[in-house]
Amino acid sequence: MARFLARRLLQMLPVLFFVTLIIFALINLIPGDAARLFLGEEATPDAIAALRHEMGLDQPLYVQYVRWVGRMARGDFGYSFKDHRSVLQTLLEKLPVTAELTAGALVIAWAVAIPAGVLAAWRQRTAVDYGASAAALGGLSIPNFWLGIMLIYLFAVHLRWLPASGFVPVTENLGRNLRALLMPAFNLGIVLAAVVMRQLRSSMLEVLSADFVRTAKAKGLAQIVVLVRHALRNAVIPVITVMGIQLGTLLGGAIITETIFAVPGLGQLAVNSIYGRDYPMLEGVVIASAVAILLVNLLVDVVYSLIDPRIKLAGSRS
Amino acid sequence: MSLAVRALPAAAAAARDRRGALRLARRFARNRLALAGVVVFAVVLLAALLAPWIAPYSPTKTDFTSYLQPPGSGRHLLGTDELGRDVFSRIIFGSRASLEAGVIAVGLGMIVGVPLGLVAGFYGGRLEDVLMRFTDAMLCFPPLVLSLAVAAVLGPGLGKAMIAIAVVLMPVFMRLMRAQVLAERGREYVDAARVLGAADRRIIWRHLLPNSVAPIVVQGSLNVAGAIITEATLSFLGLGTQPPTPSWGSMLNAAQQYLTQAPWLSIWPGIAIAVTVFAVNVAGDGIREIWDPRTR
Repeated sequence: MARFLARRLLQMLPVLFFVTLIIFALINLIPGDAARLFLGEEATPDAIAALRHEMGLDQPLYVQYVRWVGRMARGDFGYSFKDHRSVLQTLLEKLPVTAELTAGALVIAWAVAIPAGVLAAWRQRTAVDYGASAAALGGLSIPNFWLGIMLIYLFAVHLRWLPASGFVPVTENLGRNLRALLMPAFNLGIVLAAVVMRQLRSSMLEVLSADFVRTAKAKGLAQIVVLVRHALRNAVIPVITVMGIQLGTLLGGAIITETIFAVPGLGQLAVNSIYGRDYPMLEGVVIASAVAILLVNLLVDVVYSLIDPRIKLAGSRS
Repeated sequence: MSLAVRALPAAAAAARDRRGALRLARRFARNRLALAGVVVFAVVLLAALLAPWIAPYSPTKTDFTSYLQPPGSGRHLLGTDELGRDVFSRIIFGSRASLEAGVIAVGLGMIVGVPLGLVAGFYGGRLEDVLMRFTDAMLCFPPLVLSLAVAAVLGPGLGKAMIAIAVVLMPVFMRLMRAQVLAERGREYVDAARVLGAADRRIIWRHLLPNSVAPIVVQGSLNVAGAIITEATLSFLGLGTQPPTPSWGSMLNAAQQYLTQAPWLSIWPGIAIAVTVFAVNVAGDGIREIWDPRTR
């Protein structure tokens, strides 16, 4: 296991190099001078020149790159152009909110997708199957931000059941926290549910026609036992990979969901830093999301090997 | 080689292709949902092309005597917005931004991604390693986060939004094309071509590319749906199409303020996006099914 992890981490290095290179290229494509953006419009040319020197902006690009990577390795992600606070600190403050929202979305997605996917495959080519498949395709076709607006209109404006915004931290009041996050989590979870349901349906179909399922049925095991213990357990493996891939979609969806429901997480931070031209902050969010995806993909590989003993760790190469 | 000998197999191949295409078309037509998708998409396409002739009003003409009119009231089928502009006309004109973004962004992603994937798969070695680690890195970014970051750097505008979307799609096509080349490269017909003395360029253009078209087209058609949603999302966040040009995303952005007074402003553009994307999705699914040998 340790060797497998070490190997996977080593494989991540070149990818990480390109990740930093892409972000560095993006930063340098930003029109305007970072020192001027940091000091504001009224800054004197002398002050700008001094800060440029201090920030190393007068150095060649590759020197800037090496220093920038070095700073990040030490946990220094720079300072916000807006409030001049540490980017890392702000990221860490916002992270739990997005983590809670994403976790809620995952729970909702699984709760909807697993029964729907299993039923659709089990009752293939029936009304249940067509209904569930069409609903999933619909879920993929509805823009997330519009679904959010419609949810607000229905549950907050029309029925007045749930608050449209007004996030309450868990530490303050759990009940109100959950009430505030219910709609956002549903909004974020529904797209994922559609993806997972489609994947689960097709892998269930494959597994259900396998010999071991026929054997289990022939043994006279109850339908539900065959479905859950035999079929689902095997069908869920490709779904986990899809989940890993979908984390990116989930984090992107969090941007939309947090903006619409005014949830103060990383997504809202990203949009606000785009509007405010707060590039160090935007850079921080982009780096954080890329690192999160890298780590989750590693985690998926490990979980994969734990669920399916047929997959040998040492030999696996993604 | 005489002309006749050359022409005979070519004619036979053309006839076979035509029969093949006809069979595929028939298979596609049997999938009613996919057919409905194509029809709906064709309607949207026609609306976009013929917008100036179909739309009852100018999409940008303001009329302060009849603002925020509900649907069906007076002369406005879908009502009017906060500046008295006809919502139906704006939806018709808005289809242009969505379709342009969908098709052009995917096209751009393909034009850049497919050749790079081809080269990586065909030549292999160090070049392939570098290109593939690069795509791995690109795929590490959440698609929307990367699109947003690129759009934020480039600045607002429909053209820039398309570039932002294409950047995200490019690695997808690169990977797919490379995988396709790796699968085809070892096939006998490639060996045969090489034995006959065909140059790399000829093998790539005449053999590998045509044999890899199907999965690329399927992937592309499904990506059009995603690109339409992303353009709407970017416009909704104010980074895509700029006012007063109507686009479904920017209409939804403006409508948010009037959700309580004028909910229809938030409903119609969303339905337009959902219906168009659904149509593209089912059509794409249909195309995949006729080409995917596993579903035959």
